[in-house]
Amino acid sequence: MANYASDTDFRTKLQGWIPKLVLSPSIAMMLVFVYGFILYTVYLSFTGSKMLPKYDLIGIDNYVRLWGLSTWWTAVTNLAIFASLYIIICTVIGLTLAILLDQKIRGEGMLRPIYLYPMALSFIVTGTAWKWFLDPGIGLENTMHLWGWESFEFGWIKDRNMAIYTIVIAAVWQTSGFVMAMFLAGLRGIDNEILKAAQIDGASNWNLYRRIVIPMLRPAFLSAFVILAHLAVKSYDLVIALTGGGPGRATELPATFMYSYTFTRNQMGTGAASAVIMLMTIAAIMMPYLYAELKEKS
Amino acid sequence: MGFLDISNVTKSYGNVEVLHHVDIAVQEGEFLVLVGPSGCGKSTLLNMIAGLEDITDGDISIKGRVMNGVHPSKRNIAMVFQSYALYPNMTVGQNMTFGLEMHGVEKSKRDKALADVAKLLQIEPLLDRKPGQLSGGQRQRVAMGRALVREPDVFLFDEPLSNLDAKLRVDMRTEIKKLHEKLKTTIVYVTHDQIEAMTLSTRIAVMNGGYVQQLGTPKEIYDTPTNLFVATFMGSPAMNILPTKVAMIDGQPHAEIIDGSGQAVSLPFSQTNMADWVGKEILLGIRPEALTDPEGADRKSTNIATLQNTVDVIEPAGADTFVTTTLGGVNVIARMRADTEIATGQKFDFAVNMDKAVVFDPITKNRIKP
Amino acid sequence: MSTATQDSAVSSGKITRTFIYLVLLMSALFYLLPFFVMLVNSLKPLAEITGGNMMALPQTWTIEPWLKAWSTAQIGVEATGLKPYFLNSILMVVPAVVISTGIGALNGYVLTKWRFRGDTLLFGLLLFSCFIPFQIVLIPMATILGKIGLAGSIPGLVLVHVVYGVGFTTLYYRNYYAAFPTELVHAAMIDGAGFFRIFWRIMLPVSGPITVVSVIWQFTNVWNDFLFGASFGGQTQPMTVALNNLVQSSTGVKEYNVHFAGAILAALPTLLVYIVAGRYFVRGLMAGSVKG
Repeated sequence: MANYASDTDFRTKLQGWIPKLVLSPSIAMMLVFVYGFILYTVYLSFTGSKMLPKYDLIGIDNYVRLWGLSTWWTAVTNLAIFASLYIIICTVIGLTLAILLDQKIRGEGMLRPIYLYPMALSFIVTGTAWKWFLDPGIGLENTMHLWGWESFEFGWIKDRNMAIYTIVIAAVWQTSGFVMAMFLAGLRGIDNEILKAAQIDGASNWNLYRRIVIPMLRPAFLSAFVILAHLAVKSYDLVIALTGGGPGRATELPATFMYSYTFTRNQMGTGAASAVIMLMTIAAIMMPYLYAELKEKS
Repeated sequence: MGFLDISNVTKSYGNVEVLHHVDIAVQEGEFLVLVGPSGCGKSTLLNMIAGLEDITDGDISIKGRVMNGVHPSKRNIAMVFQSYALYPNMTVGQNMTFGLEMHGVEKSKRDKALADVAKLLQIEPLLDRKPGQLSGGQRQRVAMGRALVREPDVFLFDEPLSNLDAKLRVDMRTEIKKLHEKLKTTIVYVTHDQIEAMTLSTRIAVMNGGYVQQLGTPKEIYDTPTNLFVATFMGSPAMNILPTKVAMIDGQPHAEIIDGSGQAVSLPFSQTNMADWVGKEILLGIRPEALTDPEGADRKSTNIATLQNTVDVIEPAGADTFVTTTLGGVNVIARMRADTEIATGQKFDFAVNMDKAVVFDPITKNRIKP
Repeated sequence: MSTATQDSAVSSGKITRTFIYLVLLMSALFYLLPFFVMLVNSLKPLAEITGGNMMALPQTWTIEPWLKAWSTAQIGVEATGLKPYFLNSILMVVPAVVISTGIGALNGYVLTKWRFRGDTLLFGLLLFSCFIPFQIVLIPMATILGKIGLAGSIPGLVLVHVVYGVGFTTLYYRNYYAAFPTELVHAAMIDGAGFFRIFWRIMLPVSGPITVVSVIWQFTNVWNDFLFGASFGGQTQPMTVALNNLVQSSTGVKEYNVHFAGAILAALPTLLVYIVAGRYFVRGLMAGSVKG
């Protein structure tokens, strides 16, 4: 009696497949170019590859070698200094500017783009600008001398011990405005009634921010941390443009180390090992964050 | 066999069965309302009729054609959504004829259909506007218009009035009812609002926990609910449920209730089969309008009992006055004429229309049928 | 009580406000200064830079450094100026942005409106790929590009930027479409529209804001990229790599004014995009990807 007019409704079945077909090129691309390549690099890191990839497994020799290299230790130490200062200073400046900008400031529309525009620039451009601005011969130091402050000295960029901090300055200049925007979005998202309630409860401005507002910005802190941390680990262009890794090797970072070991010094196995360590560092930061984000959303 | 047949339909998500063996046969021209609290499965069932969700087990057929696995657009149905789901980038006219266009209906016929429906719904001046420029009520009409243009076999409504304010909701309710009476279309309508269900439907399916609790006309559902859930879900204020003991007095079974002062009062049953329950606990269901002031009691009733009890709270609501009192250890609401003279704390004579009382088994929660 | 604006709950005294404005203006100076210095000095003759004050306005205004940077400066071994590299960047950026945005839009549409088992996991994998340090793929990428004959070519760079940009564009569109009512898709299905028709007629017409975000993001990222350009550019280097070569060249006198002109030239497209559409970008970004 039942009249199965459409035992095989072709269109319905096709509609079920189209979305997966549309997604599949991206998935294939991702599996090959991201995860396949990662596996390949991981494999290389266990081989004796020099100038070209070789497939002879030599165990963990590359890692042992890597951690025995003083250059690598310099790079890792530099990254630790750079990343922690970069994250902390960007967060402090970003948060401060966001809070100040959130005080019904006249001209906010003018100021915000000024804080933000450096993020539109390439790190190469930023590096070029700051390289010169910090140059003692013609930059800031020279200007101060010309303005009569003869004893002013600012030669960090030529100083082995201090050069890494010039990278922090330039990087902070480039990114802190973006962090400001993230915090500002967070501040604007806070329910105004909560602030009113706190004021009626008698909280001072200081306490209002310390006890209510800043704790409520937790998600923005987390996003800022994740973005800044991964940018720090990936930092490459800025070092190239600003110091070229020098003076000497004083400002090498793992990213520049990997590049020079792999492509100019023909130590591909060791280079691959350093890339794997960089990836693991980022994975340790990103995985918990992504997991929490996606779990919450689905 | 009906016009729209839902036979033995089951829905599971993974291992969780959310709809259990639903059987409903809808006749042509019927207005079926699926009503229940959120999560009862009513929207899932509607989406399965529409083809937006798969059927795990059982069949849904329209005009004798089994629809399992058929694409939504090939079922000859139309749907009005809770959010109206008007395409924001298209004008009202384009919104309403999009379906016809997709089905390859030629322009002249589309325009004709659009003009007819726009006239019917009195939305002709809105046809060139975008949905963003319309008020809630206008969007509602356009959403209905989009469904009407298609001339489908079955109309599906998914809580279409829940985004409107109270007054507009009542107006649109009347309008939908008028439309149905005029066009005699087959409608399946989902709502959580029991008043909408009562006023609009020719039949109601009350759902809870993935089961159809009762399927019947509004009057059947209201007067003879099959179980405690249906009894308390339908009707506002809700039916009073009093824990009661059945006692035999003068050869007739009575409901024995503890009143506000701790005294037992007894009310004679109209229902004839209560002798079997003498000495046992039951739940006595009395709707607020069956518990009134003596002057307001139903004159046609054969069995009005009175009892004196203390008035706890008085809530004048304009047309009626609601009075709260304590009976059987629970708060009980009585519905009285607006100008009843009554004061808080007063001992008042309540009239109970025992013809309208229903009785439930406290263990199975089902009604003890007469 | 002040009126109910965003921050009406916070009030402060006059001295505090003066202080706030002072800090904000000083910060503006900090952000503007390096660019100002670069601009000013790109308009000076070289002698004025080496012998003068970088903060001073030019005594002799000249656009010579700009012309030189554009068409005659020594880049690597050839004195071509930045012009051919600028063209390379344009030829690379346009297809890379269009393709990655298109794919991202379709992916976002599938991942929100046509969900299937395991889609969240796939999206997670895609998202993680945005954040990997690209050093991990440099070696195999160089090999593969060589094997398929795309090494040192514009199409090769386009491929690389599409592959590693799709994660972000998908993220943007997914978050945007997630807020788009699914009932509309259902309504269109009942009306008889299929997968692509719904995308064209219903989703795309309302995707303007997020498309702006995706395009600006991709444009900025691809234009500003240095690592891929330096690794796989070969003879078709993009602007950033050429600029670096110009600035780092160790032969002859360092022509700072030409370097600055070149740097501004390299920054111009992204700055222009930022000035024209930055407002929409920030707005879209705040609404979309960054949960504050």
